[in-house]
Amino acid sequence: MKWTSKPFHALSVSALALMLVVTGCGAKNNAENGGAANKENAGAPSDNSGKDFKIGMVTDGGGVNDKSFNESAWEGLQRLKKETGADVKPLESKGESDFEPNLNQMVKAGYNLTWGIGFMMNKAITTVAKQNPEAKLASIDSEVDAPNVASVMFAENEGSFLVGVVAAMMTKTNKVAFVGGVEGDLIKRFETGFVEGVKAANPNVKVEISYVGDFTKPDLGKAAAATLYNDGADIIYHAAGGSGNGIFTEAKDRVSKGEKVWVIGVDKDQSIEFGNDITLTSMVKRVDEAVVIVSKEVIAGKFEGGKTRLLTLKDKAVGLPENNPNIPEDVMAKVKEYEGKITSGEITVPFK
Amino acid sequence: MQVLNKIFTKQGTYVPLIAIVLGLLVGAIVMLMGGYNPIDAYAAMLNKIFGSTYDFGEAIRQVTPLIFTGLAVAFAFRAGLFNIGAEGQFITGMTAATWIGINLELPWFIHMPLAVLVGGLAGAMWAGIAGWLKASRGVNEVISTIMLNWIAYYLANFMVRVVMVEPGQNRSRDIQESASASIDWLVTLTDSARIHWGTLVAVLCSFVFYYILWKTRQGYELRASGFNPDAAHYAGINVKGSVVKAMMISGTLAGLGGAFESLGVFKSMAVMNALPGYGFDGIAVSLLGGNNPFGIIFGGLLFGFLSYGSSGMSFEADVPNEIIRIVIGAVIFFVASHGIVKFFLKPFFRKRREEKKGAA
Amino acid sequence: MQQQPIVAELKGITKRFPGIVANDNISFQLRKGEIHALLGENGAGKSTLMNILFGLYQPDEGHIEINGQPVVIDGAGKAIELRIGMVHQHFKLVKPFTVAENIILGNEPVKGISVDIKSANDRVRKLSDQYGLKVDPRVRVENITVGMQQRVEILKTLYRGADILIFDEPSAVLTVQEIDELLDILRALAREGKSIIIITHKLKEIMAIADTCTVIRRGKVVGSVAVKESSERQLAEMMVGRSVNFQVVKDKSKPGKPVLEVNGLTVQGEHGKAVVDEVTFQIRGGEIFGIAGVDGNGQTQLVEAITGMRKASGGSVKVLGKELLNASVRNITEAGVSHIPEDRHKHGLVLDFSVSENMVLNNYYKEPYSRNGILSYKAMDVNATKLAEEFDVRMSSIHTAARSLSGGNQQKAIIARELKRDPELIIAVQPTRGLDVGAIEFVHKQLIAARNAGKAVLLVSFELEELYGLSDRLAVIYEGRIMGQMEADEKNEEQIGLMMAGNVMGDAQRHTV
Repeated sequence: MKWTSKPFHALSVSALALMLVVTGCGAKNNAENGGAANKENAGAPSDNSGKDFKIGMVTDGGGVNDKSFNESAWEGLQRLKKETGADVKPLESKGESDFEPNLNQMVKAGYNLTWGIGFMMNKAITTVAKQNPEAKLASIDSEVDAPNVASVMFAENEGSFLVGVVAAMMTKTNKVAFVGGVEGDLIKRFETGFVEGVKAANPNVKVEISYVGDFTKPDLGKAAAATLYNDGADIIYHAAGGSGNGIFTEAKDRVSKGEKVWVIGVDKDQSIEFGNDITLTSMVKRVDEAVVIVSKEVIAGKFEGGKTRLLTLKDKAVGLPENNPNIPEDVMAKVKEYEGKITSGEITVPFK
Repeated sequence: MQVLNKIFTKQGTYVPLIAIVLGLLVGAIVMLMGGYNPIDAYAAMLNKIFGSTYDFGEAIRQVTPLIFTGLAVAFAFRAGLFNIGAEGQFITGMTAATWIGINLELPWFIHMPLAVLVGGLAGAMWAGIAGWLKASRGVNEVISTIMLNWIAYYLANFMVRVVMVEPGQNRSRDIQESASASIDWLVTLTDSARIHWGTLVAVLCSFVFYYILWKTRQGYELRASGFNPDAAHYAGINVKGSVVKAMMISGTLAGLGGAFESLGVFKSMAVMNALPGYGFDGIAVSLLGGNNPFGIIFGGLLFGFLSYGSSGMSFEADVPNEIIRIVIGAVIFFVASHGIVKFFLKPFFRKRREEKKGAA
Repeated sequence: MQQQPIVAELKGITKRFPGIVANDNISFQLRKGEIHALLGENGAGKSTLMNILFGLYQPDEGHIEINGQPVVIDGAGKAIELRIGMVHQHFKLVKPFTVAENIILGNEPVKGISVDIKSANDRVRKLSDQYGLKVDPRVRVENITVGMQQRVEILKTLYRGADILIFDEPSAVLTVQEIDELLDILRALAREGKSIIIITHKLKEIMAIADTCTVIRRGKVVGSVAVKESSERQLAEMMVGRSVNFQVVKDKSKPGKPVLEVNGLTVQGEHGKAVVDEVTFQIRGGEIFGIAGVDGNGQTQLVEAITGMRKASGGSVKVLGKELLNASVRNITEAGVSHIPEDRHKHGLVLDFSVSENMVLNNYYKEPYSRNGILSYKAMDVNATKLAEEFDVRMSSIHTAARSLSGGNQQKAIIARELKRDPELIIAVQPTRGLDVGAIEFVHKQLIAARNAGKAVLLVSFELEELYGLSDRLAVIYEGRIMGQMEADEKNEEQIGLMMAGNVMGDAQRHTV
């Protein structure tokens, strides 16, 4: 989860320019073609059903390499290309004011479907959808009230509940913590689910709540983590985007000094980036799945505009990653048990 | 060297133009190295900016706040102050204007101007705090404005999330139609590009900037205090008062930019996930414009157009963002470093001079 | 001397700047082992000529020969290669570095891969001893006096093997004692066979050390003379182009009503010690009151307290009977006080403003320069043109930045501004510092004229001759206290000298008796 808005200014740009000139332009290979190309060579045959379709996505300020939902969405589109032969393209926004022109760019270029990724895009998608009633758009993480927009939301509360169960059962100090980015309805959902999960598994475990007020400040995340760990919490679940990276840094420092602390990642399996020695598990949100499902509906001529769908644990759209080397079997069994209860409706996790 | 300087002051337009060309050349080389066709890329960029009325309108929209913050930074700079806080003043102006836009119900010819005015005043007050701290306590304005940026940022987010929030959303309610600063007929004409009165006001502000600094008594005092505060003190100028005034005028400019961004572009205000960067870009723009009010218009155009056109490069020519940033960085780098351009041009001009001498 | 070979020759040098011909067909010869003075008024083109010889400017016409060979000096590097060294007026030293480190900078002796600081120290010490410079190579430059720093600059040129040394107004920054020592050093250098050019407008120094003197006036060579066969008066006339009166002529003063009354004025210094201590004096209209003293004895603080630029902790300052202690600078200016400040760059001018803007620095807000808050550049230009003409301020245009004027012309501009405001009290601190004889004479006449017109003048100077010549009465300040007041008369010279060293008046009189 990373809602970065990169201020675009001369200093950073020229510094970046220098850096990239030095480190070489090979970066383009794996950033653009490499990943997709490799998969294509190895991958399954395409059914070519979508070869006349153009499907695009506009990122929010985070960009396609945000290690979070934008990247996840782009992975979904790349998979779509592989499976259906559709023409896919990302367009990065540098700030809030880019949302509208970027969406418009794709809409006016005749794209069959244009994705707006992230709840920040809500208003821009609404505006563009109303100005272009013929165009099809789709939104991730927010509900857009327009007949030509398909909205996808996730039951983060349910996934967060499960990692809450893990945290409650594995804490040694009976104290765990949640660190959010900026307060708001979406992040609140992560918080509520987590707190409920902890409460359900072990009511004696205390949950500390902290918001850093920013999605892009690892230093703030690090400072918040230091405070919480010092206070006796040994597991932190974060929903703080780029600020969350600082939490991993703090955990790494402490683990290397012999302390035993954990971080629970978010959106993607963050152990891949930060390692299994500090990443207990992650609350994975399958933005890629959602992107593939809705895009395929467009290709199949079954696009459902004006509809909001909530992807839940039942849809396997939220939850723990496949591999969880740090979670002992008994805990895993408990997680499965709660998973069953939630999907069966025995437990309702508040969506608030 | 003297003659060379003369050539450049007389024909000062050469340098920035050649700088842009040099920057584009470097960018082209980088693109070639990366295996992209620079001609396609630049064509895509130009097409993105000038290709349709919508895009041109949006490009102008992109430029507008940069002129405001560029002017803000430059004005303070002319008075010897480094206002890093245009960012915070911009945000404060935006918040105040949005509040007026949402909560008051007035006829449009009062509502919009009032919201703009209050935005400017809020920016002025925000900058005035830093000015007052410097004048009365000697607090370095660089430090205080950086701090004030963060305070403004958190305060604005609080205001949006708690006071002005649209239920269920991560942004404020929409402003009343009567507070909108859009130029409706132009918006229609440009296929819904978000064109607003702020652009015109920004250009007017650069004239006002010029007028205040060079034509008024006040401006004389501000410039004297900026160039040499000791001499200004000797001359009986209230140097501390000048600091506060200069900061407040600077803050007004930034605040106006923020007000128009909300009233003219977004019509609401989102919870920010990070500092939006308008004020920092303003530092670059004022540098590009040589702290000259009219230069800043051109600096803002260059910066805004490059930034807006770059998405065309990625969309139409498939140039990755990393390389686009190198291209933009190269252009800005060359424009900002006149010295390098002059260095490249030196042999050329010397040769010409010698030829002239030979002919004579 | 005539038998010595010519080491450097400039032939027909012309250099133009926008609006001004700085050097007009100048020819100049330097012989081996001589001290050659380059004399001229402020802005006559001396520094430009030497900057051409040192490669900092390129001449528009003419050429240079070194040891008979025509050369093109296109930079300081080339000049050093040709064994030309220059000691600038403003030193170019790295303050936190030691003397030796500064001297070897850019030309470091190496041992392996590291700088061989020990051999550098030895070499510097040897050079220093050879010319009697008495410089310790190991001390940091920030900890040594201005005079010492100048010697470091001299050593720097010697270390790089210079045979021709150019000094740009070397005595301008030095104390009297240091000037004497500098002259000794110059003599020693010449004895060792170095050829020296010294840019100056101080006639006494030229008479004391120079062999030859070339006089430049308004960009042209007036003549070259052997100093032995010349006189101060002749040189001055060549420089100014008319006969110069060294003696200030003035009638006996006719003191009028008291204009400035200072009573028990006290200013606290940074460490709580009074830097101005219970100072009391009175100046009447029509008299010039001089304050003598060694630099740094509270003169600066005294003047700043009177003019409102510094807070006083006690006492009283009255101008025409109006109490103005700790009033604002603006109020004091309005009360009829004008101030020729000690530091013209720090206080006297906004260097980046045009001359025209500077000429209204303390009345820009008044009509006709501003009306209803709007500036009138036209009125400013009229004023500037008039003042520049009357006070002979030379520049390419009144719209050029004050920064581009020569030091003397900057000072003249300030004096013009301050005297022409029609003040009741003129406070002049070192008003003739850096001026040539012609300009000094002019400033002195202006001050006397103001006094004769019934103005009160407070004159602070470190030059006793100036004080004797101008003042009607004198006070001596020492460590912030007035040691005594008396008639300004050379008869009191010894007594004044003793008071400047800290003896109070009574003691001083006892000594003289």
